[in-house]
Amino acid sequence: MSHAGVSGPLEVNIEHKSYRAASGGRLHVLGEVSFALMNGEVAALVGPSGCGKTTLLRIVTGLDRDFEGSVRLPAHGRLGVVFQEPRLLPWRTVEENVRFVAPQVNDAALSALFVTLGLAEHRRHYPGELSLGLARRVALARAFAVKPDLLVLDEPFVSLDAALAARMRTELVELVSRQPVTTLLVTHSIEEAIGIADRVVLLSASPARLLADVRIQYPRSFRTEEEIVAIRNEIAVKIRDADRPAASC
Amino acid sequence: MNLALRLASIVLLLLVWFAGSHIIGTRLLPGPQTVWLAIVQEARSGALAFNLSVTLVRVAAAFTIAMLLGTAIGLAMGRVRLFDQLADPWLIVLLNLPALVIIVLAYVWVGLTETAAIAAVALNKLPIATVTVREGARALDPALDEMAMVFRMGGWTRLRHVVLPQLAPYLAAAARSGLSLVWKIALIVELLGRPNGVGFEIGMAFQLFDVTHILAYALVFVAVMLAIETLLVQPIERHVSRWRVRPA
Repeated sequence: MSHAGVSGPLEVNIEHKSYRAASGGRLHVLGEVSFALMNGEVAALVGPSGCGKTTLLRIVTGLDRDFEGSVRLPAHGRLGVVFQEPRLLPWRTVEENVRFVAPQVNDAALSALFVTLGLAEHRRHYPGELSLGLARRVALARAFAVKPDLLVLDEPFVSLDAALAARMRTELVELVSRQPVTTLLVTHSIEEAIGIADRVVLLSASPARLLADVRIQYPRSFRTEEEIVAIRNEIAVKIRDADRPAASC
Repeated sequence: MNLALRLASIVLLLLVWFAGSHIIGTRLLPGPQTVWLAIVQEARSGALAFNLSVTLVRVAAAFTIAMLLGTAIGLAMGRVRLFDQLADPWLIVLLNLPALVIIVLAYVWVGLTETAAIAAVALNKLPIATVTVREGARALDPALDEMAMVFRMGGWTRLRHVVLPQLAPYLAAAARSGLSLVWKIALIVELLGRPNGVGFEIGMAFQLFDVTHILAYALVFVAVMLAIETLLVQPIERHVSRWRVRPA
């Protein structure tokens, strides 16, 4: 695969992360999690619900700096983030929401982005007038419009119906193949991870630590049913080898 | 229907007024027609327009100063804990200082000047605007804050498009309550230390026991403030909340 841009790798080396609990003690949420993403690589972070995935993303995006370890962002460090909720400005239109974070975006690129995501006729709508699926698409458009060096997605398809989630997954794959970008996707679904990523990073239950790092050889578009099953089996073996109760993964 | 009810209510008020002036005598309560003639006379001489505009300029200046400062201080207090703790006692002092004390002290310290008058009015309004905006600043959505942070939104864009729209209902509330407070205090300030304006005219009329004059100025001023409310404040509020999905 050829990747445009020279923004360098993403290096994550987290040694320890804990919160001060309301009751006074400390809550250990992340153990040792280290991995690096090559330029243009798409990685999926998979782990059971509540294992600290969102915390990990907050550390990577710089929203949480209270941890032991280090994170090195790709050069320039421009982030495109898709949060679990769309987090749009309700008082601004779809187009304004995108333009405020990406003032340099040119009209043709923006139009193309809106067409790919099926937002062309919603440009002038306010977020309150959109369904959750459409609002998620706007969040996706916003993250791509900034031409990020690192794209971070936190369960972007959660609570959508299966058909819609599948369609949006296809759109995401189309976008990352057209505009290659180092991508970190958090999900609790192995299927979703295999359908989108070049690499699957498995996390244990809380406090999360790295269980396995599985590279997927075949390009996304050529994955057949059997290959996906094979990858699943490989991942299942890794989980068993990791000798940890993480059955829900 | 709504309009008809409103009109009926106003007509009823005029009737009560008319009857009242007959019962207690036209010297203490002149009838509507007498007051109307006084208004026409003041308007013809140009005194009405002059005094009205002088007062309105003071109201506008004090209102603007108080809203700008109140928004800035309220935002800072709502966002920065340390500043909130430091400034809160001052705020409580200012909130509980009687308007009259602020006005008199302003005139004593600064002199009987325009600056003192406008400052005194603004200072009376400032703590209420601050408290209202502080509530708004405390209610700001951290999720949108994080969004603005990871996307590296510029400071101005952030203030203009992320923070201020969230504060809009609080600013509207502060403006609403502020406008009526400011013009009431402005009249007292004029009564105590200015040679013109609606407050000064009412003070003069008080010394001459001229109730007609008092009512004439009061009614016209209320009408002007009502016009500002319907023609300026309400349209702005509607524009600011245009994105809200209205129940059909």
